[in-house]
Amino acid sequence: MYDKGKVITGIVLFVIVFTFPFWINVGKANIAPEPKINPEVAGKVCVEDKAFMKANHMQLLDEWRDSVVRDGNRTYMGGTGRYEMSLTNSCMGCHNNKAQFCDSCHNYVSLTPNCWNCHIESKENTNG
Amino acid sequence: MNFWVSLISAGVVVTVLIAIGALGAVPALQVIFGVAVPILAVLIFLAGIIWRVVQYARRPVPFAIPTTCGQQKTLPWIKHNPVESPNSTAGVVARMALEILTFRSLFRNTAMSLGEDGPKITYGSTQWLWLGAIVFHYAFLTVVIRHMRFFTEPVWGLVHLIETFDGFLEVGLPGLMLSGFALLAAGGYLLLRRLAIPQLRYISLPNDYFPLFLILSIAASGILMRYFVKVDIVAVKELAMNIANFKFAVPEGIGVLFWIHLFLVCVLLAYFPFSKLIHSGGVFFSPTRNMATNTREYRHINPWNYPVKIHTYEAYEDEFREKMVEAGLPVDKPLDEEATAQ
Ligand code: HEC
Ligand code: HEC
Ligand code: HEC
Ligand code: HEM
Repeated sequence: MYDKGKVITGIVLFVIVFTFPFWINVGKANIAPEPKINPEVAGKVCVEDKAFMKANHMQLLDEWRDSVVRDGNRTYMGGTGRYEMSLTNSCMGCHNNKAQFCDSCHNYVSLTPNCWNCHIESKENTNG
Repeated sequence: MNFWVSLISAGVVVTVLIAIGALGAVPALQVIFGVAVPILAVLIFLAGIIWRVVQYARRPVPFAIPTTCGQQKTLPWIKHNPVESPNSTAGVVARMALEILTFRSLFRNTAMSLGEDGPKITYGSTQWLWLGAIVFHYAFLTVVIRHMRFFTEPVWGLVHLIETFDGFLEVGLPGLMLSGFALLAAGGYLLLRRLAIPQLRYISLPNDYFPLFLILSIAASGILMRYFVKVDIVAVKELAMNIANFKFAVPEGIGVLFWIHLFLVCVLLAYFPFSKLIHSGGVFFSPTRNMATNTREYRHINPWNYPVKIHTYEAYEDEFREKMVEAGLPVDKPLDEEATAQ
């Protein structure tokens, strides 16, 4: 093999960079987030079923926003009943624990939705 | 090979792979598709790359064949171009960096055309291939770096930063990331280019179409998954972190698109070292790029050269001096002088 030193250094660097997800996680407990349902609404249902909400809530919010802001339509007929299409009043009305609920998942997958720049976190906590 | 045969065979293979990938959604097979296949793919990828690189490194370079694109270092009053015709290691490093990071030599691409007025050949520069290639590669890189949010906990700041720039349009929820679409568009352009230019179509083989189809399918399934047919992202991250931790539990209920996406990525990884995609490693071993243009300063020794037995004139004369003098041939050292020396 020619240029042994350089080639081996290159290979070692490449392998280290490529496998970093393995060694960077060594010994770390991989704790998946467990969003806490606000005890006041525990046992109730969400606007759609849980599996749907888990994967699709951002699209639902997008539809709500468009529907309210563009069409002035503020009522949503969900699979589980009638809801006011409102981030603060509906979602945050039931899920009034943003930090333990929304954020617990979002932090895990590196998301910081900018909604809270304008919307308030919950009806009770008006300066959030 | 016939163009349709190439195109269709590559298409059929990718379709079959997509169908196999979809099997990952069967709960009983999830440990295979979610753990065994990815780990195997990574191992094949790493071993394959090392093997290929060692193969490259074992090839001797018999001649100094750097390509020069500028003035070689010569007399002091002639301006030297230290990057395009490097005579030092630093220059070579700079040239390689330009090649790898900006595809410098592809940028020099020219196209021949007949001028408008009569049969007059003109060469113009064309950068479309360069543009397609650079967008394709950087979009791919950006997408892969953004995927690191699945493999790092806490997610790195760099990943956040790239997401911010990539999603600067702030359209839709989840926010639109430009790089995924740029990857699809550039890949599509590279494919259309292959199909549209007759000469290029003629030389294209199944193994040219296959990686393109594969990468396009990966990008398309990813985009479908992010914006249209949602999957459970938290579960995906759990799976990714489990694999990285060598904990082989597969969370339930990830959508089928994810399994297709993941399987195609595994195929890409395992295929990579044995295909033309290994050009990413090969570029480092291109003698036209990685040698210094210092042929006037240093002699390049061919590593093939075996030790040749030589017989210099001095030795020859030493051997035959007496006979030469007898025969009246001129000698460098006279006979008696040698005798006295002895
Ligand atoms: C009536 C009160 C109520 C409203 C309004 C409501 N939710 Fe829920 N949500 C719940 C409950 C209760 C659950 C738990 C459901 C279960 O466990 O089956 C839940 C579950 C969820 C989940 C899944 C959590 C998990 O553990 O996977 C998400 C995501 C979610 N809600 C988001 C939202 C969003 C976004 C909105 C506004 C569009 C909203 N919810 C509106 C009560 C509500
Ligand atoms: C620049 C400020 C701003 C940001 C950022 C913002 N919104 Fe809004 N949003 C508004 C305004 C203003 C309205 C109109 C309120 C009304 O008409 O009641 C609105 C309305 C809505 C509505 C319907 C009405 C209601 O009461 O909720 C939804 C749903 C909504 N936004 C969701 C979101 C989501 C989700 C995000 C984050 C991705 C977000 N918004 C980010 C300003 C903002
Ligand atoms: C079960 C975990 C979970 C919970 C609970 C949850 N989210 Fe999400 N949310 C996600 C995931 C995962 C994504 C990103 C999906 C993707 O990247 O495709 C997301 C994305 C979003 C987005 C789009 C952000 C963007 O910029 O792309 C908004 C807005 C959002 N969530 C709002 C909420 C709100 C409001 C709540 C609380 C009421 C909530 N989410 C609770 C998991 C969750
Ligand atoms: C060669 C490597 C890969 C390429 C080129 C690729 C490409 C893409 C693209 C283009 C998207 C569209 C959304 C975006 O732009 O972010 C995407 C999404 C996605 N990919 Fe990949 N991917 C690769 C590897 C992987 C791997 C190894 C995983 C497994 C963890 C994965 C899981 C996902 C998921 C879950 C999404 C949806 C993201 C979301 O909804 O935000 N990908 N991929």
